[in-house]
Amino acid sequence: MDREELSGVQGNRLMETVERSYFNVPYYRHKMQEAGLGPESIRSIKDISKLPYTSKQDLRDNYPFGLFAVPMSEIVRIHASSGTTGKPTVVGYTRNDISTWSEVMARTLTSAGANRNDFIQVAYGYGLFTGGLGLHYGGEKIGASVIPISGGNTVRQIQLMRDFGSTVLACTPSYALYLAEAIEESGIRREELKLKAGVFGAEPWTEKMRREIEAKLKIKAIDIYGLSEVIGPGVASECLVQNGLHINEDHFYPEVIDPVTLEVLPEGTLGELVFTTLTKEGLPLIRYRTRDLTRLNYEKCKCGRTLVRMDKCLDRSDDMLIIRGVNLFPSQVETVLLEMTEIKPHYLLIVDRINNLDTLELRVEVDEEFFLDKISQLEELRKRIQDNLETSIGLGIKVTLVEPKMIERSEGKTKRVIDKRKF
Amino acid sequence: MIIPQLSVFLENKSGRLTEVLEVLGRENIRITALSVADTSEFGILRIIVNDPEKARALLKDQLFTVNISEVISVMAPNEAKYYAKVLKILSDLDISVEYTYAFSRGAKSVIILRCSDNGKAIRALKEHEMELLNASDLYKI
Repeated sequence: MDREELSGVQGNRLMETVERSYFNVPYYRHKMQEAGLGPESIRSIKDISKLPYTSKQDLRDNYPFGLFAVPMSEIVRIHASSGTTGKPTVVGYTRNDISTWSEVMARTLTSAGANRNDFIQVAYGYGLFTGGLGLHYGGEKIGASVIPISGGNTVRQIQLMRDFGSTVLACTPSYALYLAEAIEESGIRREELKLKAGVFGAEPWTEKMRREIEAKLKIKAIDIYGLSEVIGPGVASECLVQNGLHINEDHFYPEVIDPVTLEVLPEGTLGELVFTTLTKEGLPLIRYRTRDLTRLNYEKCKCGRTLVRMDKCLDRSDDMLIIRGVNLFPSQVETVLLEMTEIKPHYLLIVDRINNLDTLELRVEVDEEFFLDKISQLEELRKRIQDNLETSIGLGIKVTLVEPKMIERSEGKTKRVIDKRKF
Repeated sequence: MIIPQLSVFLENKSGRLTEVLEVLGRENIRITALSVADTSEFGILRIIVNDPEKARALLKDQLFTVNISEVISVMAPNEAKYYAKVLKILSDLDISVEYTYAFSRGAKSVIILRCSDNGKAIRALKEHEMELLNASDLYKI
């Protein structure tokens, strides 16, 4: 399909999406009315720039099902964002949405070189997280043999990889590296494994990490991109050329904007990625700000695909951290600390990657009023901070009590996070 | 008989204790007794100085977490049996000792104690005719 024809398809689908959103979702209707727009204002894909943006906060404000555009009887699946405190981001799928998702995941796996003869080991978590089931349905769609082993249990991962002859591995890139080292240690020889490719995503990873994975596992490591709000994995993926991720733009229309002025940026400029879903029924999203930074490239790829490509996403336009696949905002940590009177909300989060697994350390100051010269009291406090964080954030965080001067003080923007991981 | 003691929170890193002592040293603060309790990650420095309020202010200025806590002090011959006797008097009355440290000078030792109930401990020790020290006595040592 040439780009002109594609634009026509995108335009028609956008009109349908806007119409459905306007009539079925009060939130979108109000927002469009405020902007002086109605469904008739959108006549082609070019008109998309008239529409207001949507953010993660809008999803939270309409928790849990407020942005769904169909009656709940049409919803056949619900997923939710990982590990965030308070209100998670909830997404709903109709039967057609599941079919679309399977289709884009089938494309993802096909572009990674997989087909019906492959054994796909899905080591992404199954559950509310979209990774596991997304890969699962795509694998079934192309007729491959899917092994739904889910995340964790490394010994069994390696055993089944060898015994079942897995050819494609799907997991986070850091877990792939972890597995590679565990395989080396297990004494299993590479010749005993049939692995040829891996599809890795859900967290940022560098070219250096890719080379390391490819060298250690002797496979092609393919980057995949997605976010649950848009559909889950399957939004974009690399082909075997490994030069940018092809966006499934017949379903998800991408724009790159300046995160400050909100102006749409020309092709090739680095900015924040924004998606509009073109076919989704359950949760249509209009100009949804992903906060991921990337640039778009409309040139035809060496693989022959004409779909627009995006660069690997390594940075974000907000302060969200991705720790072991779990989204974490520093403000969540702050909320926990503010509830405890014995400490001051002066803190520093240190993120690192040790042995290929993300580690998180929180350095926090003891309040002088509470400091009563007993070791046991301080130890107890440290443990309680750790427990409170684990309960509300769902991440193990090492807590260290520090002297006040160890945390930099400044007016306005204080540095709260040091990310030592190299992306 | 209650003696003010400075407690300073310290990270377990080299140079931290030096810095505290240098800050106090610049203003000629004198130290009578010093002890450090530590864990693998942090420690508490406990010092008895001749001007605790001034010392606290100096350290606070340098952003240390510091507090003044209360301890009591007993002078006794520097033989183990006297230290034991002091502790026995307290334990017989169910007064627990949160921590203690001591130093000796000549044939005498000075014992510092932090008890669950310092007032009750003072009364008990007095009844047994132990020699309790005032803060001013300590600063002269």
